Amino acid sequence: MDITLTREQQDIAKEARRFLTNECPFDYVREMFEDERGFTDDIWTKMAEMDWMAMRIPEAYGGLGMDQIDLNTVLEEMGRAVLPGPFFSTVMLAAEVIIEAGTDAQKEDYLPGIADGKLKGTLALHEADGGADLNYIQMPAHAKGNDLILNGTKLFVPDAHVADFLVCVSRTKNGNDPTRGITLFLVDPDMDGISVHPLPTMDGSRRLSAVEFNNVQLGTGSILGELNNGWTPLQRVLQRAQVGLSAECVGGAQRAMEIATDYAKVRIQYDQPIGAFQAIKHRCAQMFVDSESARSILYWAAWAQDHADEKEAAISASVAKTYCTEAFTHNAASGIQVLGGTGFTMENEMNLFLKRAKANEMALGDPVYHRERVMQLLIQ
Amino acid sequence: MDFRFIPEQEEFRKEFISWVEKNLPDDWDSARYRKYETQEKLKQAYKDFQKKLFDAGYAAMHYPKEYGGQGRTLMEEIIVLQVLSTTCIELRMPGVVTHGMAVPTIFTCGSDEQKKIFLPKIFDGTHIWCQGFSEPDAGSDVANVSTMAVKEGDHYIVNGQKVWTSYAHMSDYCLLLVRTDPDTAKHKGLSYLLVDMSLPGIDVRPMTQITGEAEFNEVFFTDVEVPIEMLVGHENQGWQIAITTLMFERVIGDVVIGAAYEKNIHRMIEMAERTKRSGKAVIEDPVFRQQLAKSYIEVMVLKYHGLRSFSHQLKGGIPGPEGSIGKLLWSEPNQRLTETAIGMQGPNSQIMGGSPWSIDDGMWQYAFLRSKGNTIEAGTSEIQRNIIGERVLGLPKDISRAKIAKGKD
Repeated sequence: MDITLTREQQDIAKEARRFLTNECPFDYVREMFEDERGFTDDIWTKMAEMDWMAMRIPEAYGGLGMDQIDLNTVLEEMGRAVLPGPFFSTVMLAAEVIIEAGTDAQKEDYLPGIADGKLKGTLALHEADGGADLNYIQMPAHAKGNDLILNGTKLFVPDAHVADFLVCVSRTKNGNDPTRGITLFLVDPDMDGISVHPLPTMDGSRRLSAVEFNNVQLGTGSILGELNNGWTPLQRVLQRAQVGLSAECVGGAQRAMEIATDYAKVRIQYDQPIGAFQAIKHRCAQMFVDSESARSILYWAAWAQDHADEKEAAISASVAKTYCTEAFTHNAASGIQVLGGTGFTMENEMNLFLKRAKANEMALGDPVYHRERVMQLLIQ
Repeated sequence: MDFRFIPEQEEFRKEFISWVEKNLPDDWDSARYRKYETQEKLKQAYKDFQKKLFDAGYAAMHYPKEYGGQGRTLMEEIIVLQVLSTTCIELRMPGVVTHGMAVPTIFTCGSDEQKKIFLPKIFDGTHIWCQGFSEPDAGSDVANVSTMAVKEGDHYIVNGQKVWTSYAHMSDYCLLLVRTDPDTAKHKGLSYLLVDMSLPGIDVRPMTQITGEAEFNEVFFTDVEVPIEMLVGHENQGWQIAITTLMFERVIGDVVIGAAYEKNIHRMIEMAERTKRSGKAVIEDPVFRQQLAKSYIEVMVLKYHGLRSFSHQLKGGIPGPEGSIGKLLWSEPNQRLTETAIGMQGPNSQIMGGSPWSIDDGMWQYAFLRSKGNTIEAGTSEIQRNIIGERVLGLPKDISRAKIAKGKD
């Protein structure tokens, strides 16, 4: 048993901290909230030079073949900086689903491009009426000769407005059992019949779109992996992505705690720093408890994705997703309270943490969904 | 990073589990929470089982052989403690203070002679220890201890009163925090004495807890003569000793408690499967499923946070005040967990053990009441948050406490 980061992992984290402190300060994030695309090519190129997009991609396809825990060290720092842009959707969703489900040819077509920063992608999963239920997939793909025709609307698709390709989750066999009849499609968003509509997203650092499919005709070559067998690989990808979001949350929760604590040391009221009052001190202490304990559960879940059995990997992902995202939300909300009126202004950075925390809490299954999933996994 | 035991440790764990199964008391039922009719019977059950552990070579795994330990590794000790927590934690309770506080304090700070006299008798189950910390005017403000020890010839004469002293009524010895210098700042004039509880002048009066049991006591000391060689370390070093030894122990405690709670949450899910509400099993109720999952998640957080802290310690890291997190991660979640357990039972939750309508012979009622002590014992939640706020985050002390701390310096 060794539940500590290796020296190499610590170095990756340190380097990420240094990079993001310089390249992604608060002013940049706030500017990107207003930007049409929501990120700059400059930072994207530099991140690619740091090999961050390549970390999880197998060596055979131009990547570094690293574990989830390695990428997690970078994701924690990204959460700390509230990094805007399509890194998460490209690396933790689109790349992972191709790694998990793709044929050799598909991997060859996409993964090297993702690894060197040339391709951006995302996953079109949610639909109306599904709520936070990841299993609710109804969008049909009907056969027409050898082709398949996609019709319907995908919602809350992250970064679809800048994606070079989409992976669309569709139903190719009827029934409500998500484990059967689900097919993944690789789709070019510039195709006829596809329209992307950006949504007014609360977290401007993570843009969501509605994507409409109107008689989109796809050849069988567009099927990612196997017809009707998309669910199992997708489930593994979602678990990894849930852990990835948890990593962002741990980084963000810690930063929110630090900002609040620093402020409590210098803000004077009643002739003393407000951090001397237990009402404030205990709130800060709880923020520390939440972020440090969240890190412990995060390490378990990250390790489990590569090294534990399927059940442990699944349970740990849901446990981490629930606990870490809620810890971030609590810390961001507590941060606003400790900062008082200052924390409630757009000028201050704390609102960025609250918005990202809430976005991460809702993405890829909310806490209610994941607690129910934990129960199903425990009782099965 | 690796969360698994290495194969040799896994092998040892299996071997120990099978030993435990063969050596628990004859009528033991691991599925039920065991309640002893009298404190005397509980004490004897603890001592008998500790003796068996010792004879089989499973007691004090990581302590040196010369003091009665097994001279093996801390990892093996943790494996033993985790297994015991999930099979027979009831049997271990009278030894909690003995193994958790007395042993590390004597081992880390005691003289060679003290170690040779006391440790083997603890490991083989002969002696139970208690710890005299709190007093009527020294609760959270434990440095306010006023029980005096005055040196006269080759003895200290001890006078004063301790309170909330767990297991004093079954203890052979006491780890006693006393004031030896009344003239310095509060925490600087304290010392540690090892006190034989059979000495004249010691009066133990059990206090009944809200569970109906008497786990803790008032202990009165009137002109008790304690030989000076029973001083631990140097005079007036008691505070430092208390702080350093207990931090190491806290981490082990968190791991052990995590294992016990993991068993409890599975027991609770099983209880929800057979307990009914509106004619259906409670486990089908979405609200209770959410609550059960919340508790399961909190237990996993405790478990993996404990293991992570332990792993840090194994690699030579010194546990710091961040150990206070662990205390908050078991005490407060246990209150929520037992609250849920009671809540699932509806009106049956009012029935203690002993009725055909009792659920699990009242173990959840007991656990619910007992959990209310969790946020008070071993440092209240408020004190833990002060420690984190001040010693980890570097926030200032409040003005009144800052003045007192400076006062006599």
